[in-house]
Amino acid sequence: MNNFKPQIVAFCCSNCASSAANVAEGMKKALPDNVKIIQIPCTGRVEILHLLKPFEEGADGVYVAGCQEDSCQYVSGIAKAIKRVTHVKKILEELSIEPDRLNVFNLSAGKGQEFVEVAYEMVNKVKELGPFLQA
Amino acid sequence: MIVAEPKPIKELLEMVKDFNRILVVGCKGCVTVCNVGGAKEVAILASSIRISRKKMGQEIEVGEHTLERQCDPEYVDELKDMICDYDAVISIACGVGPQFLSERYPSSKIFPGVNTQFMGGAEEHGIWSERCAGCGTCVVHYFGGLCPIARCSKSLLNGPCGGSANGKCEISKDVECIWDLIVRKMMEQDRLDELIEFKPPKSWITARDGGPRRMIREELVK
Ligand code: SF4
Ligand code: SF4
Repeated sequence: MNNFKPQIVAFCCSNCASSAANVAEGMKKALPDNVKIIQIPCTGRVEILHLLKPFEEGADGVYVAGCQEDSCQYVSGIAKAIKRVTHVKKILEELSIEPDRLNVFNLSAGKGQEFVEVAYEMVNKVKELGPFLQA
Repeated sequence: MIVAEPKPIKELLEMVKDFNRILVVGCKGCVTVCNVGGAKEVAILASSIRISRKKMGQEIEVGEHTLERQCDPEYVDELKDMICDYDAVISIACGVGPQFLSERYPSSKIFPGVNTQFMGGAEEHGIWSERCAGCGTCVVHYFGGLCPIARCSKSLLNGPCGGSANGKCEISKDVECIWDLIVRKMMEQDRLDELIEFKPPKSWITARDGGPRRMIREELVK
């Protein structure tokens, strides 16, 4: 189990999460290579199906990284994303899948450190849960 | 519109547990508008079924298709070349959909994917409420354009009852007393005297109580 390298998909808003990623890069803080970043204009664009599809394709975990709730450029994007993540967590539960495989994080634009921490937090959490599909 | 809500996915998975080729069929009518049975929801349900089966290590094929309407034979016909490829069909239209599919495709096993609730409208995005009970003889003009059949818990025609308090119905603090609204509206329009007039019991022959209904309009029939 210790060798298990979870495959994780991260939907990141281009305004804060991705800018935090750039800062992280500048700070030479490497993201784990098993986290695949999908950059989106705003987390409000993430729909229920987007959050389910990675699991269908065999991902072990999914997360959304967006702004702080009071600093979304499009006013309510991250608030919408939080509601959808909550909804999909319920779907996962109904499918007997650990809802912790999905999460949402509020980040600040310049905080590269935070961006990397969140990625590791998710990797560790999913490692604990084990592979989504048992071999 | 006809308002419906999704059936719990667990319940649906149980319904179709013995089938490995499943077609999920949506409808672009009311259920698309109330975000329960359109193309988006077809994709979500199909994906959920695939994820669940993958998790159990089982083979599954889930097809997705959304019809213009499931309550019109010409659109239901569209499934004729694909439906035979599946051993179960989940319709996420209102209750009319699975029945029209069952009638048109007698050998297919059809399952309802939503619970049909009522005829109503959207108060705001994500919130719907009942407006009409389909009584077959509309009388809202006597009541300031508001329907006491569908919206009064007792369907009173000579309301309100003694349980009306602060605008709420006695059954729950979350239910507005439509009679409170009717009286206010009629007062505003200076028509209160119309409410004093006794409304005799309504004939329910035109409602569901008269048995299943059918309507023929000769001018439209071919
Ligand atoms: S009076 Fe009858 S037809 Fe009119 S809105 Fe009420 S239930 Fe519907
Ligand atoms: S309180 Fe109002 S809505 Fe409720 S049953 Fe009485 S009259 Fe009808």
